[in-house]
Amino acid sequence: MTTHSHIPRVRTLVLVWLALICATGMTTGVSYVELGWMNIVVALLIAVVKASLVAWIFMGVRYTTSLTKLFVVAGLLWLGIMILLTFSDYHTRSWMYQPQPWSHGPGNGPATK
Amino acid sequence: MDAATLGMWTFLITEVLFFGGMFASYAVYRNMYLDAFASTSQYMNVVLGGTNTAVLICSSLTMVLAVRAAQLSNRRHLILFLILTMIFGVAFLVIKGFEYHAKWVEGLVPGLHWSGYTEHPEFAYHAQILFFLYFCMTGMHALHMVVGIGLLTFLLVQAYRRVFNANYFAPVEMIGLYWHFVDIVWIFLFPLLYLIGHRR
Repeated sequence: MTTHSHIPRVRTLVLVWLALICATGMTTGVSYVELGWMNIVVALLIAVVKASLVAWIFMGVRYTTSLTKLFVVAGLLWLGIMILLTFSDYHTRSWMYQPQPWSHGPGNGPATK
Repeated sequence: MDAATLGMWTFLITEVLFFGGMFASYAVYRNMYLDAFASTSQYMNVVLGGTNTAVLICSSLTMVLAVRAAQLSNRRHLILFLILTMIFGVAFLVIKGFEYHAKWVEGLVPGLHWSGYTEHPEFAYHAQILFFLYFCMTGMHALHMVVGIGLLTFLLVQAYRRVFNANYFAPVEMIGLYWHFVDIVWIFLFPLLYLIGHRR
């Protein structure tokens, strides 16, 4: 208990709350607009901004030690590794077991079995 | 205080990866059955989902105000904001309960009561995956909410007994971190489950 925690100003907290409520309305509204594949990108971008606001101000990451910040970033890194490896698996599964020109004996052309 | 914060974040990172596994499987299946997932959104109640998002954001505000009250040794405000946070938390669970009930009545519970997916029968098979993920993810989230409300009850009793003051408020801050984390999970669940398919 050597350090004193940062005491946030009520004004800051209420402004963050307002921004979060507005962002919720925005993400709902924009989901009714046709943007094609951009819909999910916009929705996730807004969600990331909202989550960052909650973490940065409400959870006080902004006021913590750099060691805690490093842990938070490391956590996100592991999450990224998990999603990346999962997708590299599923994305490349269809690449396997396809007949290749060289897999049907000698000759260059595709085999006519 | 720093050590407690670091430990709490370490725990929260394990939680991130726990929920991350479900989010990853969601992403994989959505990628495989894009049209089926998009067609399911007509069965999701955006009004209730959006209301619940707002309720949780409000609860996060009252939670952070509770931590602030503890930091300022303001016992009255601490108790007030803890109670408000609990009310928002219970409101979230009640709304979620109504949603689950509606899903059961409509026959949208895969494995147990699956008969209501009639608009796009060609997607009915794969849509079950999404509803399974829906119940897993929102169910785990709701369980975390129940645990959070239990922890808040503990804080409320402690606050009533004048345990917390400007020199000792670590439990309030740590449980606050947990509460905000559960809020963040919902911030991602709401668009991914409720808003994916109005426009495909």
